[in-house]
Amino acid sequence: MNLLGKLDWSAIPLDQPIIMGATGGMVLVIAVVLGWITLKGYVPYLWHEWITSVDHKRIGIMYIILALIMLLRGFADALMMRGQQAVAAGGAQGYLPPEHFDQIFSAHGTIMIFFMAMPFVIGMMNFAVPLQLGVRDMAFPTLNSVALGLTASGILLTNVSLGVGEFAKTGWVAYPPLSELQYSPGVGVDYYLWALQISGVGTLMTGINFVATILKTRAPGMSLMRMPVFCWTSLAANLLIVAAFPVLTATFAMLLLDRYLGFHFFTTDAGGNPMMYINLFWVWGHPEVYILVLPAFGIFSEVVSTFSGKPLFGYRSMVAATMAICVLSFFVWLHHFFTMGASANVNGFFGVMTMIIAVPTGVKVFNWLFTMYGGRIRFTVPILWSIGFMVTFVIGGMTGVLMAVPPADFQLHNSLFLIAHFHNVIIGGTVFGLMAGYNYWFPKAFGFKLDERWGRVSFWCWLIGFYVAFMPLYALGLMGMTRRMQHYDVASWQPWLVVAAVGVAIILVGIVAQVIQLVVSIRNREQLKVTADPWNGRTLEWATASPPPAWNFAALPQVADLDALWNRKQRERTQQTQAPKDRKFDPIEMPKNSATGFITAFFAVVTGFAMIWHIWWMAGLGAIGIFLTMLAFAFRDEEEVEIPAEQIARFEQAHQAEITA
Amino acid sequence: MRYGLLAVVLIGAATLGGCSDGVLDPKGPIALAERQILFNALGIMLAIVIPVIVATLGVGFWFRASNKRARYRPNFAYSGRLEMLVWSIPAMTVFLVGGVAWVGSHELNPRKPIESAVKPLRVQVASLDWKWLFIYPDEGVASVNYLAIPAGTPVSFELTSSGVMNSFFVPQLGSQIYTMAGMVTRLHLQADQPGSYRGMSAQYSGEGFADMTFNVEAVAPDKFSEWVDATRSVGVELNGTTYAELAKPSTKVAPFTYRAVAPGLFDSIIVSEMQSDDAMCRKNPTSMRAEK
Repeated sequence: MNLLGKLDWSAIPLDQPIIMGATGGMVLVIAVVLGWITLKGYVPYLWHEWITSVDHKRIGIMYIILALIMLLRGFADALMMRGQQAVAAGGAQGYLPPEHFDQIFSAHGTIMIFFMAMPFVIGMMNFAVPLQLGVRDMAFPTLNSVALGLTASGILLTNVSLGVGEFAKTGWVAYPPLSELQYSPGVGVDYYLWALQISGVGTLMTGINFVATILKTRAPGMSLMRMPVFCWTSLAANLLIVAAFPVLTATFAMLLLDRYLGFHFFTTDAGGNPMMYINLFWVWGHPEVYILVLPAFGIFSEVVSTFSGKPLFGYRSMVAATMAICVLSFFVWLHHFFTMGASANVNGFFGVMTMIIAVPTGVKVFNWLFTMYGGRIRFTVPILWSIGFMVTFVIGGMTGVLMAVPPADFQLHNSLFLIAHFHNVIIGGTVFGLMAGYNYWFPKAFGFKLDERWGRVSFWCWLIGFYVAFMPLYALGLMGMTRRMQHYDVASWQPWLVVAAVGVAIILVGIVAQVIQLVVSIRNREQLKVTADPWNGRTLEWATASPPPAWNFAALPQVADLDALWNRKQRERTQQTQAPKDRKFDPIEMPKNSATGFITAFFAVVTGFAMIWHIWWMAGLGAIGIFLTMLAFAFRDEEEVEIPAEQIARFEQAHQAEITA
Repeated sequence: MRYGLLAVVLIGAATLGGCSDGVLDPKGPIALAERQILFNALGIMLAIVIPVIVATLGVGFWFRASNKRARYRPNFAYSGRLEMLVWSIPAMTVFLVGGVAWVGSHELNPRKPIESAVKPLRVQVASLDWKWLFIYPDEGVASVNYLAIPAGTPVSFELTSSGVMNSFFVPQLGSQIYTMAGMVTRLHLQADQPGSYRGMSAQYSGEGFADMTFNVEAVAPDKFSEWVDATRSVGVELNGTTYAELAKPSTKVAPFTYRAVAPGLFDSIIVSEMQSDDAMCRKNPTSMRAEK
């Protein structure tokens, strides 16, 4: 018996210069960063303040750091694909052979959806939701840390596949029978499945945590209809997570049984049915796009309202529209495969349902428009992203409804028109929203603003780059070009693909500008320093210090209406009330740091890696490790630390002094 | 932001310009009807999308903080009439496009035969790794990566796959449809004029996918009969043995024909996928594909 299962030296693709170069670069960067941290003596700080932290703000920031790193990785894949298709016309094969190109587009999709957009969205919610609710932490702080750890484990496994073995060559959806053992005997699909199983469990934990937090822990007086809209969209997104992710986990579990134990759920023989996988995948997959875009809608609502200096127009409509999308998103999955040959009634039903979901989305666009109407709009970076979104997203929505017409989809399905459409809504919707949120909440998280000028450069490069990169793809789709082509024989497509490659290069400039923005802002942090409320905000996160203390609020705020902070500021202005000089503070119980998340993540990586390579003893040890970690956590003696009143008083005095200064 | 309009212009440019070959240059009744539906739906939606884009930019610009002439209304957050409008505009748009979708789904149902005085030509399609097999059951011939059809005659397709899923697609003739192992999908297309149309797989199916293209040669009916006669006189017979040979994974297969087809061969492709001996592929987990 081989102690290392299928793993041997042939797993490392030493003959592939591009892959080895990328792997070498990645390993080098990680080694340099880790070495620097160790030499500078930052390890204890990182361990106590970040890795074992159960503070929702820290966890949110760590999610976003992961997402930004993965954005770079996924974007590198995008650059390579656009480069390949720009040159591989006629008889040319380009510089990427099919086996490499096929891994790149699979990795690009998987990384961008699961390891860029998801952690980014979850990070935003983690950071902002408890603050907006006026509470001190999530309902289950340690669970939150475990969820982060599992997401990081999935990310690590996916990136290990670059250097050890291979990634899936099936596209990010991994449709069987192509993803079955018979057609994909390598470890690529196993990397895909285990990475997503592990991170998927983490996402489900996050979903449960947020639903509990939003429904059960809100500041006194904050009824559901007084919640900021971002909390509503987060609630909807997390309800979708709780309902949809178990479907994905079960579907992947069935595919794993097929691949590991010879089951026949999705095989073409012995009664298996691959089409069932496609149905189940999209039962998760369509709600997933709303998991990504609903929180972005929430961010736009906050940003548009704040920078217009007005309450959100039609709050009740917005809430109704959000919840309508939440429910309707489960009735549209079949539009991902109208071309499977279902009857006209089935196709017609799902086509019409898909369009109906556009109604609440349209309502939202109109409400943002009326929020700006009569406002006094300050054109900061977050509102630029928001207006860029409104213009871009309606185009993406339109092409989406177009493809919801089944006969039109018969022509456009799987074409580059589809690629253009979903990048139009995911970049134009989710990514723009996340960028708006990043610029909007950054001063709250770190106590200084991001540089405006570089922020604008980044925005304009992203926006222009997006149009230059994806409008040609709409045209190519109409010209009959299919997705995932390693090379093509139609010469007239090439000019359009060259333009698209230029567009991606413009987006690259935008990303570089963002990195510069961050560096410049950190350098100039003293000039960019802000106090609690830099944007003249409306919701409770702006009522506490920037960055907020671990306990968020010295005393939980009393909420009497929507836009709690705005109304409080109005009252204070009219009544000239002063905060009492000698406020009494009570000690606060906060959840204790825990290494549970980190240790669980470690064992999850061990288990996942061992399963991928069929190293059964190691998988067993990893699983036992996870179980013992949980057991140790369950038998913990103390779970809270008390923050003494003096410490809180000191902090509050310093904060007050800063505001008056 | 003005690039939003550029987008519309670009799509328009694509419509007018370099789109010969694509779905905007239909050569048959199905593709023609689908292009019409595409335009109808696009027109209905542009009627609302363009004003929204213009309004967004206009409102954003007018109500900029530095514009002293704009009236600041800090408490304007609700209006029953506007709410009515806000819900009914998208609802009405969707009502119209939804009608297009529902009627279109039935009119252009791929299973629905094309009404014609001409007797349809039957073609059985199987996607293999990575090429297309076309069987003419009534003519008793078959071809690979080449589909000859008589112009002006409806073609009735039955489609399946030898393994991995593909999608049969000839953009200028209309609808694509999946080919799935163990299952048969139906499709009806017609080319109105003689011509050569590009066909391909529109569903990624693995390593050789990019070369899974074929030519549809629509010819005058008498020319088609000539082609059938000529085909019957050359090549080998498509039977169990030659099919097994063909089914081995290969890429960039130059078009060729079979002079005859063993009866029931298409059905055996479907059935073999449904009931193929499990032990066979399990004993050999590195299947035919892996040998490559």
